[in-house]
Amino acid sequence: MSDRILEVENLTVDIPVGGGMLHAVQGISFHVDRGETLCIVGESGCGKSLTSLAVMDLLPSKAFRGANVLNLADEDMLSAGERRMSDIRGNTMGMIFQEPMTSLNPAYTIGNQMEEGIKRHKNVSTAEARERAIYLLEKVGITGAASRLSQYPHQLSGGLRQRVMIAMTLMCGPNLIIADEPTTALDVTIQAQILLLLAELQREFDMGLILITHDLGVVARIADRVAVMYAGQIVEQGTAEQVFNRPTHPYTQGLLECIPIPGKTDRSKPLGSIPGIVPSLIGKFSACHFAERCPYAMDECVAENIDMQGAAEAGHEYRCLLDNETCDANARKKGVA
Amino acid sequence: MSDIVISAKDVTRTFMISAGAFRGKKPLHAVNGISLEVERGDVLALVGESGCGKTTLAKMLLGLLPPSQGTIKFGGEPVSDIDRLKLAGLVQPIFQDPYSSLNPRKSIGSIITLPLRVQGDPNPETWRRRGEEMMEMVGLPARLFNNFPNQLSGGQRQRVAIARALINNPEVVICDEPTSALDVSVQSQILNLLQDLRKELNLTYIVISHNLAVVEHIATKVAVMYLGRIVEQKDVESLFAAPEHPYTRALLDSVLTPDPSMGVPDTQLGAAYPNPVNPPSGCTFHPRCAKVMDHCSAVAPKAIPRDGDFAECHLYDENEGKGRQAS
Repeated sequence: MSDRILEVENLTVDIPVGGGMLHAVQGISFHVDRGETLCIVGESGCGKSLTSLAVMDLLPSKAFRGANVLNLADEDMLSAGERRMSDIRGNTMGMIFQEPMTSLNPAYTIGNQMEEGIKRHKNVSTAEARERAIYLLEKVGITGAASRLSQYPHQLSGGLRQRVMIAMTLMCGPNLIIADEPTTALDVTIQAQILLLLAELQREFDMGLILITHDLGVVARIADRVAVMYAGQIVEQGTAEQVFNRPTHPYTQGLLECIPIPGKTDRSKPLGSIPGIVPSLIGKFSACHFAERCPYAMDECVAENIDMQGAAEAGHEYRCLLDNETCDANARKKGVA
Repeated sequence: MSDIVISAKDVTRTFMISAGAFRGKKPLHAVNGISLEVERGDVLALVGESGCGKTTLAKMLLGLLPPSQGTIKFGGEPVSDIDRLKLAGLVQPIFQDPYSSLNPRKSIGSIITLPLRVQGDPNPETWRRRGEEMMEMVGLPARLFNNFPNQLSGGQRQRVAIARALINNPEVVICDEPTSALDVSVQSQILNLLQDLRKELNLTYIVISHNLAVVEHIATKVAVMYLGRIVEQKDVESLFAAPEHPYTRALLDSVLTPDPSMGVPDTQLGAAYPNPVNPPSGCTFHPRCAKVMDHCSAVAPKAIPRDGDFAECHLYDENEGKGRQAS
């Protein structure tokens, strides 16, 4: 099946730290199809950025990566060596980082940085690389593209830099783009523009897109499928419509309650909140990581091993002992369904 | 009866920006003729993109920067005449990033009680008790009194910042992006806390935020800023129900509510934010405006009263025809 671009099964990331082993990512599985947007959403420290780095094989050297399956377009990336990985990175798989201010090299011109990748991966002349850079800069909505090539990153605004980053990622025509918080450092008005651009380009070039973010508003607007992460695990996964309209996991329900929505949330009442903080992921912990903060926690939550279970609809699953009817009733009670 | 706590009249702040090694300096009008009044118990939200002068305005209201022109009054008295210490007791800030706004080498207790020491509070024996009371009020366990900021989570640190701001019973608290460095679940805790404290202590807030969903939830009045000017000021309900300035409308459109049935909005704000050293002529918003008219690039709009408040836009100028002839 060639429509599946990325297949990840049971991915783990462990980092040795002073107090023992930090289990940052604990056996997560997901897949991305051609032309599909998967959003990984979660709070800081839940392992979403490490997940993306693990897929790219860019983890810090002391971190351990483990997985049962890690396939990019039917190629096994687990057995690929460092040389093969650097052929893949930037070529069939591109990454957009959070800070456009720091992810561009201030000492090289935009053109130099854009052409570098394509010259490394494809057999092209400087003139061809330059032509493609101009074409893509125009594609991402930058005016006077030819003159921008000789400019340095500091001469561009934050929004323009992020556009340059996106154009740069597209240079080699990747199958998969991983965007790690691409709009967090930008103003809201620019954020909407960049998201719109990403969605358009993804459709046009028929790529898979993994968008990592903590902003549920962004997720709801752009995602086809959503994976909600909490403390190193995926706790709920499904289509955007399923996760936002019929959230099942208590954590997802809690998150949705926390966001004020203009015109919908009652201003005279306090916002919903999730008490407590994210647990430490060092050493051993209870089966359900959310049990400490969960309003429905039972004795079994800490003892038993909890697997993903299917919700009412196909493709929608969650990691909780509560059955589906109870979850739906809870969601309705909270007013998030 | 209106009880104006803090007011600004035609306040301008100009910075001289170096244009290059051998060129002269150029003026940058970070805040360009702003007037506003905040009543006791109000929550005024300042919204706008980065670089529009929100933080400069907040610094002037705090008395940290003197205005280049115009006057800021606190309870009817010009801020420049108020003693610095006294002003610090009346207006307090809460900053954006609780990771950098707390001194890492001071204990939580000493951070929270610092304002008491600075003000030379006459009862040193009560400082610890008052610090602990304050911690309880903001939802911090008193056992953290001797801990250090690096032992606290982001939400707890922001609570420390709030406790420090409130220990001297200020009248006005200026919150500069109080929740933007925090996670969603922690953000709602802090917003609820700010709301509770306001009711309990009868505080007045000036909140700076770019998150309009947060603004809608806590503010009573909103001032939308663009390139150093307030382009629209309104009650929060009417602003969200019927935004009048095209910029406000675009800002509201760009709020992403978690609704999967809607796509990414197209705000129509094509061009990037203009260079504030060299602002566009006439209405500074005209290069990005969806409803731009011929004379927008020539004549700067005046504040047009709209339902008690105002919008600065030619669209609402009834004497538009006359104004055009006169110019």
